[in-house]
Amino acid sequence: MDWMIMYMPIAGVKIFWPGLVLIGFAVGTIGGFFGMGGAWMVTPGLNILGFPMAFAIGTDMAHIAGKSMVSTMRHSKFGNVDYKLGLVMIVGTMAGIEVGAQIVMVLERLGSVESVVRWVYVGLLALIAWLVFYDYYKATQKKKQGDVGEHGAEGITWYKTLHKIKIPPMMHFKAAGFTCSAWLPITASFVTGVLAGFLGIGGGLIRMPALVYLIGCPTHIAVGTDLFEVMISGLYGAFTYAIKGRIEIVAVFVMLTGAAIGAQIGTVATKYAKGYGIRIAFGIAVLCCMISIVLKEFKFNQAAAVLILGTIGVICAYIVKIMIQGAIEELHEKKSGNATVKAVH
Amino acid sequence: MRKLQLVVIIGLMVAVLMPSLALAGGDKASALIVVADTRVITETDYYHGFMRYLADAYNTNIVVFAIWCTVLTALYGVALGFLMDFLMSKTGLDLKSRKIIEH
Repeated sequence: MDWMIMYMPIAGVKIFWPGLVLIGFAVGTIGGFFGMGGAWMVTPGLNILGFPMAFAIGTDMAHIAGKSMVSTMRHSKFGNVDYKLGLVMIVGTMAGIEVGAQIVMVLERLGSVESVVRWVYVGLLALIAWLVFYDYYKATQKKKQGDVGEHGAEGITWYKTLHKIKIPPMMHFKAAGFTCSAWLPITASFVTGVLAGFLGIGGGLIRMPALVYLIGCPTHIAVGTDLFEVMISGLYGAFTYAIKGRIEIVAVFVMLTGAAIGAQIGTVATKYAKGYGIRIAFGIAVLCCMISIVLKEFKFNQAAAVLILGTIGVICAYIVKIMIQGAIEELHEKKSGNATVKAVH
Repeated sequence: MRKLQLVVIIGLMVAVLMPSLALAGGDKASALIVVADTRVITETDYYHGFMRYLADAYNTNIVVFAIWCTVLTALYGVALGFLMDFLMSKTGLDLKSRKIIEH
């Protein structure tokens, strides 16, 4: 079994490398499906494998950059990435993160910042989970009433009201398929940036619902565009954490190998999933993340880790099932289509 | 011209505000001084030789180490992306189009 243990030259620890591949695979799958980095999933996993905490965050950041690159490439081929929207949002995101980080500095001087941040995080996650499930409930009601639009029934349509704001410059986002004031994505990304900076997270967890509910992106485009943003921020994050000496590069490569396979599965699975299927699974992930933070707050660290890892396992299995089922059906249809063509000739 | 202005403004914003993104990426790193133990890595082959080089860079020139980390992560990500693209194309699935159905 010695061959399954790998020496990490920077961190100076021996790690069970198949565990790293597995974490990479799971996070690649989930990240490719939801359009987020997934730092909240990786850190407890690395910790359980015996990784020193000092290296977990930086290693995670570099792995997320590489993984998002693979996912963005695949989403781009599907036409799921609106690069123009992504670039416009980066401006707002970065300015927002700067403001959020400054708020944390002020709170730090006042004391008790950690508890405030944690409870704001819990409140925000609860809000996102409520939003997702309420939206689903509303969409189901509309579908029953026969109120179905171009892409199917929609629940919350706040973006329609926001699109009526015509402050110049107006911008058309081709891949996302709408025209709106440039200030809408800039403001939305600024607000999500402030929250991300304040909470000390990458922001995919907040940006994805903002893209859907406030900016009006179809779910698939929101996933691809968000991953494009995660890729850029992750690469810079990799550099700064490396400067701080907090990256174990060998672990990054090992995790990336698993993540590359997972990212394909997660990304291709979006093709076979309905937008609301993605949203509901995302809502469940957010809910579990919220419960794990509450458990951590009350020092139930082991229960929190079990919950996070259990959630990863279940959601990952669900996505793999969607992918395999969809692929089999598509190949079967192709085969029967070819057979029909042959019979005609 | 307008496009050029937009690109320049975005470029400047990226350069000025980028550090905040990474700073917000996680908890503050503790003030530990970590040194890679190069005594354990013996240069028996290319792999270990490269590991030794990275560990030395980590101990002596952290900027070089950071550049290697970023460049290698990006290169490995792109290489894996192309490799996976090639392998997925062999499955016979249509990987260029999809229908958007929300509900």
